[in-house]
Amino acid sequence: MDELQKMILDYVRREYLEEEDDREIGLDTPLITGGIVDSFSMVSLKRFLERKCEIQIPDAQATPAAFDSVRSIAGLVERIRGPVAV
Amino acid sequence: MAYDVRTRQHYRDELGAIEAAGLFKQERFIHGAQGVEIEVEFPAGQPARPVINLCANNYLGLLSHPDVVAAAHAGLDARGYGMSSVRFICGTQDLHRELEGRLSGFLGTEATLLFPSCMDANAGVFEALFGDADVLIADRLVHASIVDGMRLSKAQLDTFKHSDMAHLEEKLAEHMDKRFRVIVTDGVFSMDGDLAKLDEIVALGDKYDALVFVDDSHATGFIGAGGRGTHEAKGVLGRIDLITTTLGKALGGASGGCVSGRAELIEMCRQRARPYLFSNSVPPVIAAAALRVLDLIEQSTERRDRLEENARYWRRLLGEAGFDVRPGDSPIVPVMLYNARLAQDMARDLFARGIYVVGFFFPVVPKGQARIRTQLSAAHEKRHLDRAIEAFVEVGDEHGVLGLGKQQIVERFGA
Repeated sequence: MDELQKMILDYVRREYLEEEDDREIGLDTPLITGGIVDSFSMVSLKRFLERKCEIQIPDAQATPAAFDSVRSIAGLVERIRGPVAV
Repeated sequence: MAYDVRTRQHYRDELGAIEAAGLFKQERFIHGAQGVEIEVEFPAGQPARPVINLCANNYLGLLSHPDVVAAAHAGLDARGYGMSSVRFICGTQDLHRELEGRLSGFLGTEATLLFPSCMDANAGVFEALFGDADVLIADRLVHASIVDGMRLSKAQLDTFKHSDMAHLEEKLAEHMDKRFRVIVTDGVFSMDGDLAKLDEIVALGDKYDALVFVDDSHATGFIGAGGRGTHEAKGVLGRIDLITTTLGKALGGASGGCVSGRAELIEMCRQRARPYLFSNSVPPVIAAAALRVLDLIEQSTERRDRLEENARYWRRLLGEAGFDVRPGDSPIVPVMLYNARLAQDMARDLFARGIYVVGFFFPVVPKGQARIRTQLSAAHEKRHLDRAIEAFVEVGDEHGVLGLGKQQIVERFGA
């Protein structure tokens, strides 16, 4: 797991899991189709990535499919900004 | 484009997918007036059977109250059936003005504007009032109509974990650069039956200079000592900037809704809210009946007191029987089953025993949180609830869920 993936994973756990929620989230855990992040709450993740990684994610690319796992989110970020260290 | 074979097949496939996913909704046909004891035809074509209704929003049992029905008749005779107009052209009667004034008095607000439904109020209010300089910060369990309404607004959207005040505070601090911050919540959450922490929310609103919006549809008429709503129960009457609520639940149960709150905000909705501007007025017959409903509620708290007692009694019966009941102080009492198939099967078996309840599961509730939602009414008598618990115990026993907590149910049935 690289630093970007770890940063996203930490944020997802902190932002979306309730205190009593003991679900394990890994790089490929389905976030949206798995019911962890709903499409409405996805906005805070998008804003976090934009601020933290200093990028703009076009709405057309911020799809539920692209946001459905930590791995695919990290891939999207890297495609937009290029693979630099966080 | 003609409605050709390809088009027809597309929608048939979509419907098939909904059915295959177990999400296909089928209507049940009630023969007669809505109430606590009803006759229901289900599946379609089967003879109607008598059942006890534990899934209506008929909290105060006023939908067939003789005074309400008489007021509706009188309103119909005196004011006719419809208006054939939106409010601002020629669709406003003095009855609408009177009802808006009475609702403001009851809710403890400065002004009120009627909408055809609370869904319409929620669809209209955010777009009318807030723009791209603002942020709407919503509890993650708010009603779908609020989510839709917020999406129609150009304001930025954010969410906080359900009733998590620390998370809300983080979000408020994060958005201090916005023109207006608006905290958005239900008063009573429709699927869980818990009350929003409005006292703490209002305090956070003060601290971070944020407006507070509450949808009190599952509270108006019965939550709080005078039934004024969640803001009364939490001691913040007069402190909520925007309240939306419905006439379609406790307040007679027909239809109609409103937004109520700060005078300027309500006036702006009158000028800008599209569901108000572009759909017909609330029919006079509903306004006439709703006025009578408010009379009844303001004259006596007996109905809301009985409802509270019924909810307490029902919670106790379920708890003693060994069901996993989500705690709360409202007449929404969810029986937690965690597994979607189990919730559906138990609801079906309860119906076969004369108890009408519905199983709810993802995406209506979060994944792994499937349940049967029961809703109490002031019109329920102890004998209804005693009869219902017998059926619940029989069905719970058959499915082997009595005495089991979340972990054991999930281990046995899966999430």
